[in-house]
Amino acid sequence: MPVLVGVVGSGNLEVMLEPHGGSTCTIDITTSARGFGPIWEAVVHDFQARHRLAGIAVSINDMGATPAVVSLRLDQAAAALPLGSKSISGAPT
Amino acid sequence: MSQANGRWNQQAQGRAQRLGRAAAVLGARLHGKRVLAEDATKLLEAVLEPGDRVCLEGNNQKQADFLARALTQLNPAQVHDLHMVQSVLALPEHLDVFESGIASKLDFSFSGPQSARLAKLVSGGQIQIGAIHTYLELFSRYFVDLTPRVSLVCAQASDAHGNLFTGPNTEDTPAIVEATAFKSGIVIAQVNELVDTVARVDIPGDWVDFVILAPKPNVIEPLFTRDPAQISEIQVLMAMMAIKGIYAEYGVQRLNHGIGFDTAAIELLLPTYAESLGLKGKICSHWALNPHPALIPAIEAGWVESVHSFGSELGMENYIRARPDVFFTGADGSLRSNRALCQAAGHYACDMFIGSTLQIDLNGHSSTATLGRIAGFGGAPNMGADARGRRHATPAWLKAGAQARQGRTGVSAMPRGQKLVVQIVETFREHMQPAFVEKLDAWQLAEQAHMDIPPVMIYGDDVTHILTEEGIANLLLCRTDEEREQAIRGVAGYTPVGLARDRHMVENLRDRGIIQRAEDIAIDKRDATRSLLAARNMRDLVRASGGLYDPPKRFRNW
Amino acid sequence: MNRSFAESTARERVTHLLDADTFHEILGPAERVVSPHLALLGVPSAFDDGVVIGSGLLDGQAILVAAQEGEFMGGGVGEVHGAKLVGLFKRALAVQPAAVIVLAESGGVRLHEANAGLIAVSEVMRALLDVRAQGIPVIMLIGGANGCFGGMGLIARCADHVVMSDIGRLAMSGPEVIESSNGVEEFDSRDRALVWRTTGGKHRYLTDDCDVLVEDDVAQFRTTAIGLLGQSLPLSLASMEAEHALLADRLSRYGDCRDALDIWQRAGVAEPLRVADMEAGQMPALKALKPKELA
Repeated sequence: MPVLVGVVGSGNLEVMLEPHGGSTCTIDITTSARGFGPIWEAVVHDFQARHRLAGIAVSINDMGATPAVVSLRLDQAAAALPLGSKSISGAPT
Repeated sequence: MSQANGRWNQQAQGRAQRLGRAAAVLGARLHGKRVLAEDATKLLEAVLEPGDRVCLEGNNQKQADFLARALTQLNPAQVHDLHMVQSVLALPEHLDVFESGIASKLDFSFSGPQSARLAKLVSGGQIQIGAIHTYLELFSRYFVDLTPRVSLVCAQASDAHGNLFTGPNTEDTPAIVEATAFKSGIVIAQVNELVDTVARVDIPGDWVDFVILAPKPNVIEPLFTRDPAQISEIQVLMAMMAIKGIYAEYGVQRLNHGIGFDTAAIELLLPTYAESLGLKGKICSHWALNPHPALIPAIEAGWVESVHSFGSELGMENYIRARPDVFFTGADGSLRSNRALCQAAGHYACDMFIGSTLQIDLNGHSSTATLGRIAGFGGAPNMGADARGRRHATPAWLKAGAQARQGRTGVSAMPRGQKLVVQIVETFREHMQPAFVEKLDAWQLAEQAHMDIPPVMIYGDDVTHILTEEGIANLLLCRTDEEREQAIRGVAGYTPVGLARDRHMVENLRDRGIIQRAEDIAIDKRDATRSLLAARNMRDLVRASGGLYDPPKRFRNW
Repeated sequence: MNRSFAESTARERVTHLLDADTFHEILGPAERVVSPHLALLGVPSAFDDGVVIGSGLLDGQAILVAAQEGEFMGGGVGEVHGAKLVGLFKRALAVQPAAVIVLAESGGVRLHEANAGLIAVSEVMRALLDVRAQGIPVIMLIGGANGCFGGMGLIARCADHVVMSDIGRLAMSGPEVIESSNGVEEFDSRDRALVWRTTGGKHRYLTDDCDVLVEDDVAQFRTTAIGLLGQSLPLSLASMEAEHALLADRLSRYGDCRDALDIWQRAGVAEPLRVADMEAGQMPALKALKPKELA
C-alpha cells in the first residue's frame, strides 16, 4: 500500500512511496521551482545513503519547499514504510 | 548656583540664555513648565541654535512623534545643521529634517523601517553619518563625547512640577535625560496626559525643563509579538536541538533571546519538550528580555524566576501587573523597563545570547547588512559578544571558556570563562536565499556607504555555536581556521557553501563532537511537530495567560 | 491531548474522525487521478487532487466521507476534485450509508480550472440534494483555517447539518473580494477580528447557519457527527418555504445592522464584545436568549 506524507502547499511538498517490482529505487520529482536540479540530486543522494530503499518508487509533488523540508518529508515517508519493505542493497537511479 | 567664573560655565550660561529666549517668546503662554502644543515649534526655535546636538526619542518601540513633527516645522534658515543623536530612525519625520537641512549629521543605532531611505540620503550627501552604534554604545557616548544639548523625550504623564511617568515603555529615557540634565542641557517632554500626581516618578521633575501635552498619545509599535501559528516544523526541530544540545548541555540559567520565530519556538517548547527532558529549574530561570507573549506558557508553568526588560510590549500590560514576582514593576504595579540597564544585564549578567541572522561567512562573522539599506545594529551586538570585563563565574560560562582554551598556549592558556553566543538560522531563507556565503554583503555595503569597516553584527570570534536544521557546529572546539571553515560548511546544508564541504573533514569533526547532528543528541526529526508547541496560535497564548494578555488588533484572528 | 482539527491535514482529520483502521480510500493517490488542467499552467498537481474520499465506520455505522485539503490550491474545487465529490454522493445512493460527511475547507471554485470548476460545483450541489432526497443525512464539518467559501459555502448550506469550530468560517464572498469590490471602509479584510465576526463559526451559530459549535478538536467533531447520524431533515416544498420565511425574518430583524456586534446585541446578547473570547461551550446559553416568535 502506498505511503503518503505532506501536502502540496506553498513551501511544502507531498511524497508518495509505492512498492514496485525489482531491486531499484526510482525517484520522480515534479516541482514548481526552477533551476535547483543539483540541489535535488544532492538531497536525494543523501536520502538514499540514509535509507537504502529498494523496490520502492518515490514520487514527489513540490511547491517550493526548502531542502530542509524536503529531507524531513522524505525521512517521514521512509519511516512510515512497513518493516521488511526496504532492503539494504540498491543504488539510487 | 555655580561657583565657576565666566570662563568655566559657558554651558550653564548658554542654558540660561536659551531658557530666557523661551520665556520671552512664550510670555504668559508658558505656565510653569507647561507649553501648549501649538507653541511647540516656537519653543524649539527659541531653545535651539544651529549646529546643536539634539537627542530625539526615536526609541526601538516608543516614539516622541509629536516633537519629531514639530522639529520638521522649523525654519532651516534659523535652525540648521543640527547633529541628531538618537537610538532609532523609525518615522519619516526622522529623515525629513535632513532633507530640509534642519539637520545634517547623525549618530544612531538602528534604522529598520527607514533603512532604504537612509541609504539614499547618505548617498545623496544629505546626511553625514558620524557612526552607527549599538544601543549601549550610543548611551555611553552621551556621557563622553555625544552629550545632547537639547533632548526631546516622550512620557505617559507629567505633573505640574515636571515629574514624568514613563510607565511600561520607559526604555531609553532615563539614560538620555541624565546625560542631558546634568550637563546644562535642556529637556523637553511630550506627554499623553497631565495629572495632579503621577502614578510613580520615573524621571524627577528637576531634570525636566518643559512639558507639552501632545494632541494624540505617542506612537508605540508591538515589535516583540510573534504569532505561534507561523512557526514551522523546521523551527521546532532547531528549537529542540538548541534546548538539548546547548541549553541542557551547558546549563544555561541566564539568557537573552534575540526576537524571531526561531527563539519563539524555543520559548514555547520549554513547558513541553524541555519539561519532558526534566530541565525545569536547570535552565532558563533568569531573562534579560522584552515581555514576549511567547514566554507566557513557560512563565505559567513555573520556569521563570525573573525577567528584566528593555521596553514593554503592547497587550502585555495586565499580564505583567498580575505577575510582579517575575517582572520588574513599580509601586504603581506597571512594568519599569530600562534599555541601557537591560543591555548591561544582557552583556554581563547573562550566560548566553541566541538569535538569528541573515548571513554568515566562513569565519563565522554574522551580518544583517543588505545592499541598498543602512539598518544598523540595535542591541544584538551587546548581548551577542563575549563580556571580557566579566569576572564572576557560572558553570555555563566556565564550561564554554574551558572548551575554548583546552590545549592552548601563551596568552590563551589563562583560564577564563566565555559567553555562549549562538546563531540559529535555517540554511535557506525566503526565496531560497542561502544564509551561508563566501563573502558577506556587508563588504559591498561598506564601500557603497563609505564606512570605515564592514558592518558586522556579531564577530566570528564571539560566535560559539552555529545551529541550523542540519545540526550544531561548536566553534569553541575548533583550533584552526580550516576546522572552523569546515565546521561551518558542515552545517550549511545544501547551500553552495555547504555543498563545497570536505566530506572527510566534516565526518572527522562529527566524530570529535565539533559537529552534532540531531541523531547524535538522540533527537528524532519525526518528533519535530507543531503539536510540541505549548501554544500554537495567539488564542492559545491568551488562554495560557488566563485572559490577561490582550493582543493588539493586528494579531487577533478570532 | 486535544488534536487540533485546524492544524491537521485532510488525511489526518479523516483518520482520527472515523473508527480506527476502518477507512477505505476511493481513488487514492496511487491511482494518480489528477487535474488535467494544472500541468498546462505549470502548477504542481496533488495525487488526490486535494480531496480524500472513501468509506468507513463511525461508531460502528457505515458512512461515506470526503475531506478537502485546504492547503492545496486553497481547497479549490477543480474538475477532478468535483467529480470525486459527485461520485461519492452517487455512491451514497447505491450503498445507503448512515450519513455522508464532508470535511469542507475550500475557497470555492478553483479559478485555474475556470468553467470546469464551476460546472463541478453545481454538479456537487445537485448530487448532494439527490442524496438528501433519499433520506440520507449530509453533514458538513467546517473547522479549517482557510474556511468554506464561494461555491463550497453554498454547497455547505444545502446540507442537513453544519458543524463548525470558531476557527472555521462559512460565507460566499471572501473578505478580500468584499474589500476590493466595496472598499476598505465597507469591509477591512485585514481586520481579522471583523472577518471572523462576520463569517466565523460563532456568528454563524448565533444566526442559525451553523447547528453545532465545537472546540477546535477532532474528537469533538467526531462526537457531534456521531450524534447526527441518521438525523435526516425533510427536503420538501414546506421545508423550503419555512427556510425562506426564516431568512425573511432574519433580514427584517437585522438587515440594517452594520456589524455582527449590532446583530448580537439586538438578538439579546448582553455583552456582545465578550463573545469573541468565549469558549464554544458557553455559546448555547446565548443562543437560548434569542426571541423565538416563528413556528
